[in-house]
Amino acid sequence: MSELRSIDARGLSCPQPAMLVRLAIQKTGKGTVTVLVDSDTARENVSRLGKNSGWAVTVQEKPDSSYRIVLTK
Amino acid sequence: MSSSVKGFMIRWGAIITGIVVGILAPVLVKLGNPGNMGMCVVCFTRDTAGALGLHRAAVVQYIRPEIVGLVLGALIAALAFREFKPRTGSSPFVRFILGVFASFGGLVFLGCPWRAYLRLGGGDLNAIFGILGLVVGIVIGIAFLRSGFSLGRNWPAPKAMGWVMPVVMIAMLVLLLAAPQFGRDADGNAIGPIFFSTSGPGSQHAPIFIALGIGLLIGFLAQRSRFCTVGAFRDAILMRDNYLLKGVIALIVAAVITNLALGQFSPGFADQPIAHTNSLWNFGGMVLAGLAFTLAGGCPGRQFFLTGEGDGDAAVFVTGMLAGAGFAHNFGIASSASGPGLYGPAIVIIGIVVCVIIGLTMRDTKLLGGA
Repeated sequence: MSELRSIDARGLSCPQPAMLVRLAIQKTGKGTVTVLVDSDTARENVSRLGKNSGWAVTVQEKPDSSYRIVLTK
Repeated sequence: MSSSVKGFMIRWGAIITGIVVGILAPVLVKLGNPGNMGMCVVCFTRDTAGALGLHRAAVVQYIRPEIVGLVLGALIAALAFREFKPRTGSSPFVRFILGVFASFGGLVFLGCPWRAYLRLGGGDLNAIFGILGLVVGIVIGIAFLRSGFSLGRNWPAPKAMGWVMPVVMIAMLVLLLAAPQFGRDADGNAIGPIFFSTSGPGSQHAPIFIALGIGLLIGFLAQRSRFCTVGAFRDAILMRDNYLLKGVIALIVAAVITNLALGQFSPGFADQPIAHTNSLWNFGGMVLAGLAFTLAGGCPGRQFFLTGEGDGDAAVFVTGMLAGAGFAHNFGIASSASGPGLYGPAIVIIGIVVCVIIGLTMRDTKLLGGA
């Protein structure tokens, strides 16, 4: 599946990471959204949002201890 | 710690934290804290500001060990779970100003969101107007967030920076225990530099190490659960996410039950402890506080917990709260049991105007475009 949207939410305060992802998945409808976050709170919030919205969520920790979250539907 | 424990906390953490706060805050009142003030982040910051001589309201001066515990408990949790990530650089001075106005708003109401829920849990129905104001402030903040409001990104910082606020809190604990009195007035009597109330709310406190221990426990749990008394309504309204709201509801229910069990539940409007009955400014004060907290990204407790994770911007917000608490008494802004201070209503309006200007001007619409 082609990657439709990519969001860099590193360093943003609550609730911006999850809010941006919510906007993206509402606009996209289905496909793939990748998100970069660097806090564990944002990782949990984005993951919970994805799961609650019916998207499959995978989280990959990067060497700099940030996270790449991939949401697919 | 196993991943199953982490998963449990992700699912149930906010409710567990809410229940623990709802039980232990009334217990702190039973052990000596002022009425319905088992845990009040703004009030405790104000008392600490007074103890440091930043204001001279003699009845509200005490270094509250609970807030030392909140930071150090969050620090312990962050270190244990590899979440101690020092960071800073997201509009620190704007956050300072938001902290100042958050204190102003809270002290017009006489409490922060934590105490608003705890006051309700003790039967103080004036808190309803405060909570309504809080929600209105949060809704205004959400409107700004939706239109692209952002204080910008923070960036990773050296490990040492993240230790600054925890070390400051340890220093606060030392000052509490040592209570130095080497200042002298004109007559040679001991005066300061640390001031402790001998009457009024500042003189009422639970035993130091019990208060510290409860603060540590709440700080630890809240760091793990991301407990936030402003995020509760914000996420429910903005994201349709009730995770944090369930925690706040659990807090109120647990506080009602615990207060009933301890004989501290007293429903009504009049004669409530450390409260006034001016509904308009109970509401207005919390509109300002709710807006300031929303723009800053979380409630006062959350700001303290974030400092334990090494968040330097949250530390600046907390410092703004401390300064604001001092100003609030020096400038006649803080309310008393008899009602709002002389300049409380005016400063609430000024504060809302300042926060609206911040909300309108601190924007990054490219972020929304990227989404």
